[in-house]
Amino acid sequence: MNAVWLILFSVSIVFAIFTGNLDAFTKSIFEGAKSAVEVSLFLLGIVSVWMGITRILEDSGLIYRIAHLFRPVISRLFRNIPGDHPSISAITLNVLANLFGLGNAATPLGIKAMQELDTLNEEKGTITFEMMTFIVLNTASIQLIPFSVIGILASYNAVNPAGVVLPVLIATVISALTALVILFSFRKVLK
Amino acid sequence: MIEGINYLSLLIIPLFILFTIWYGTFKKVRVYDSFVAGAKEGPGIILNIFPYLLTIFIVIKGFQASGAFDAVRNGFYQLFSFAEVPIEVVSMAIIKPLSGSASTALFTDIVKTTGPDSVATKMTAVIMGSAETTFYVLAVYLGSVGIKKTRYLVPVCLTADFIGIVVAVAVVKWLL
Repeated sequence: MNAVWLILFSVSIVFAIFTGNLDAFTKSIFEGAKSAVEVSLFLLGIVSVWMGITRILEDSGLIYRIAHLFRPVISRLFRNIPGDHPSISAITLNVLANLFGLGNAATPLGIKAMQELDTLNEEKGTITFEMMTFIVLNTASIQLIPFSVIGILASYNAVNPAGVVLPVLIATVISALTALVILFSFRKVLK
Repeated sequence: MIEGINYLSLLIIPLFILFTIWYGTFKKVRVYDSFVAGAKEGPGIILNIFPYLLTIFIVIKGFQASGAFDAVRNGFYQLFSFAEVPIEVVSMAIIKPLSGSASTALFTDIVKTTGPDSVATKMTAVIMGSAETTFYVLAVYLGSVGIKKTRYLVPVCLTADFIGIVVAVAVVKWLL
């Protein structure tokens, strides 16, 4: 991240100087700060809601039952999660929320999954392979129906707004699988 | 079919909450107190995430505003001219991993200017549906547990994003 950030920022500043976009650039920094506050406030609400709900799952023991139920599926990808660990439930719920396009539930549940995975982390501050697998799954956008895209297409009177479903599904499956293959081959090469 | 899945996705959260609070009640959990105790964790988590979001957001906004974004886009457009993709697709391919709101705005604009059934619309629609705002996901998830050493995660995500976009373009060319 350090390299990406350094390069993006330096390149932007050099460009701003040479293209005369200095004023716009400086303004954009403060706009970025403003939207970070707005997004954080939004997240504060939905994350707190889902932390409340998942606490009930924990206190009632349901989180272990869900983990037990989905362990056979999840442990195929996440080999180093022991027994019926709560992280299995959080991962499962996050994946389900993603599949149904429930972004407002997926992100908080994903945060929950990261926290649970961090309890298994022996070297705090350094990412584990399980966390990487989980994040890669999330950046691959596994979604059955892209409702928002269909909505925009429909509002502009596209001939067949839902026609996008099949190509999206094919593209999603191929790119999610490719992402996992890339991740696993990185591990092999960099061992 | 689509309506059915849409209805199901509307139903899923309310049903899940209903099931959770009644399961808890049967297990003698004071669900109200339990919820409050859990919700109390929210602010702490967001406090951890906020600096990461801020750091990512200012650099992305700056990248767009400085004109660097346009230069990179034109560079990629030249580089991949053999693939015969509309320039709108190149814009989307670069903006999608960086910003969710900007990519939605761009997509709406593409639908408006090139028409709802154009090749550019179809390709960008598939990218919209099959790619994620990678840097936002990274900031939120890494920030929530304070990860500093990301090992090879960022190169993996960026390679995967690139291949995902190639796949999206190829699928549209093949199917439509």
